[in-house]
Amino acid sequence: MTTFLSFLINGLSLGSLYALIALGFVIIYKASEILNFAHGAFLLLGAYVIARLEPSVGFFAAVAIGIVATALVAFVSERVLFSRVRSAHMASLTIMTLGLDLIITTDLTRRIGSSVLSLGQPWGAGVVRVGGVSISENRLIAIVVAFVLIGLLFAAFRFTSWGVALRAAAEDGEAAALMGIRQARVGAVAWIIAGGLAAVAAVFLTGSPTPGLEPNLRTIAFAAFPAAILGGLDSTTGALAGGLIVGVAESLFAGYNASLTFLGGGFSVVVPYAVMMLVLVARPAGLFGTKELHRV
Amino acid sequence: MFGAAIGAIGLNILVGTTGQLSLGHAFFLAVGGISYCWLSGESNDAGAHPYVGLGLPPLLGMVLAVGISGLAGLLFSPIGARLKGLYLGIASLGMVFVGIHVFNSVDQVSGGHNGRTVPEFSLFGFTFDDSDPELYVLNVEFEKFERLWYLGLVLAVGCYLFARATLNGRPGRALRAVRDSEIAASVNGVNVTSYRAKAFLLSSMYAGLSGVLFALAIGSVAPESFAIEISVQYLAMIVLGGLGSVGGACAGAAFVTALPYVLGEYAASIPGLSEPGTGGVSYSEAARYAYGAAVILVIIFWPTGLAGIARSLKLVSMRRAARNAPT
Repeated sequence: MTTFLSFLINGLSLGSLYALIALGFVIIYKASEILNFAHGAFLLLGAYVIARLEPSVGFFAAVAIGIVATALVAFVSERVLFSRVRSAHMASLTIMTLGLDLIITTDLTRRIGSSVLSLGQPWGAGVVRVGGVSISENRLIAIVVAFVLIGLLFAAFRFTSWGVALRAAAEDGEAAALMGIRQARVGAVAWIIAGGLAAVAAVFLTGSPTPGLEPNLRTIAFAAFPAAILGGLDSTTGALAGGLIVGVAESLFAGYNASLTFLGGGFSVVVPYAVMMLVLVARPAGLFGTKELHRV
Repeated sequence: MFGAAIGAIGLNILVGTTGQLSLGHAFFLAVGGISYCWLSGESNDAGAHPYVGLGLPPLLGMVLAVGISGLAGLLFSPIGARLKGLYLGIASLGMVFVGIHVFNSVDQVSGGHNGRTVPEFSLFGFTFDDSDPELYVLNVEFEKFERLWYLGLVLAVGCYLFARATLNGRPGRALRAVRDSEIAASVNGVNVTSYRAKAFLLSSMYAGLSGVLFALAIGSVAPESFAIEISVQYLAMIVLGGLGSVGGACAGAAFVTALPYVLGEYAASIPGLSEPGTGGVSYSEAARYAYGAAVILVIIFWPTGLAGIARSLKLVSMRRAARNAPT
């Protein structure tokens, strides 16, 4: 029972990080109808900036700079690249984000090389035990920070004028524009927030029990795609639910791997995708996504 | 390279003509390549990683491998036909990851993580390897790569003509109608679900053949050879070439496959490039930068790709000819 609880808590923590990344996808998608495949690269970028600056300016300043830098790159790529091609074919937009992803990751992979960079999280690799349930301090802080951020974000959607504008733009772009909502600004803010969230998630994804920053951080971030999709690409609640489901499922399958050998070794890596496919067979628009209705 | 052209044509049918975003092309390439090895390869009981092979004639193996890829496409179509747009894109992305896992698990067929060697292709006693029989054309010795090159050429031309014929005919019109508006298509009597499934079938068969040629060219395949990067490359090919154009897909495939080789050839004479491992920018990284940037620039400035550029050049020259023509 306690092992199960351990797996569950660790899964929730991983899931809350997936949810942070998935929320980034969702708000970018709501604002500009692009699924941002360069998000993994943003994570890598945030982590890299923090890891390089941490020795000279200290951890918290480095994190702040990392978040700002990532948000800035996201903002610039939206302004310079994606705001020009709003009406392009979906495949073109997708491959464009993939092109950006390729450039950033090639560069960062080259810079990181085969070394494992440490982000120098001050909480280290300690483990907290409560009645037999153990979780690393890093993961515990991750849950708290992620839920605070997600709470703030949900409040922003509900109460700030940007949140209202975003929801209006996602609902009906043309009508929103006619009501005087500046879509360019809504889009820009969405990309900035998504970039910042990616950097925050990167801080915790590179902490214990992970050894540090490696180029494969991008692959880990890929698991947030199924999270965003199975929750429903245009639903923020869905991103949260999807992230938690994927995180818990992955953690449980990884934990009970020994008794699940018939699925093949290392099945936990593909669990997010398997779960997503099962959900999509039943609900093609995800759990909370809006169904497309056709009126003739 | 011709293998890439065939694969790109296949993906273009699905993405460019039917409007179904697919990131799962690598999976179908894997199905084609690995099942060819399984069907035509010999069993290998020696060593720590035994694998089985059925030892069928290579031509039969190739045809069956294409058939199996088509079957894989059909099996995915219940999911594929229900999903739209980006959901389909991510679902097919998932297919690549799950596929690699499945292939790694059935190591009797795929050779597992270590992969397996690809059996040489042969046709009516003529093998496509370095000798046997010796072949000289105009005093140039035809070795494995020359022979495979021509095999690929013949197959690619065949696939090109077939795709042209299909897309210019009734099925092509139906698929474009599905892309532009599903409702309008179905009102006009196009069975949307069935056409989407057929597009998936055809595209995955093209990918399967492409996978066989890819496997023949590299000589040894492992499930990891068919990672998500392969799907990305194919998408880049069709976007660079121009969505929906068969010829454009071939041009895009030529561009993307040739780029690393060309940069590798001239690496010494391009300033700023250095040998791999010396810490500078190596040519394979330069190629990645180049085609990442190429994809972005093409979409921003020439959204119709190489095919669109060719078309507008043709228009310009026709107009000029019309202006200069005596009246």
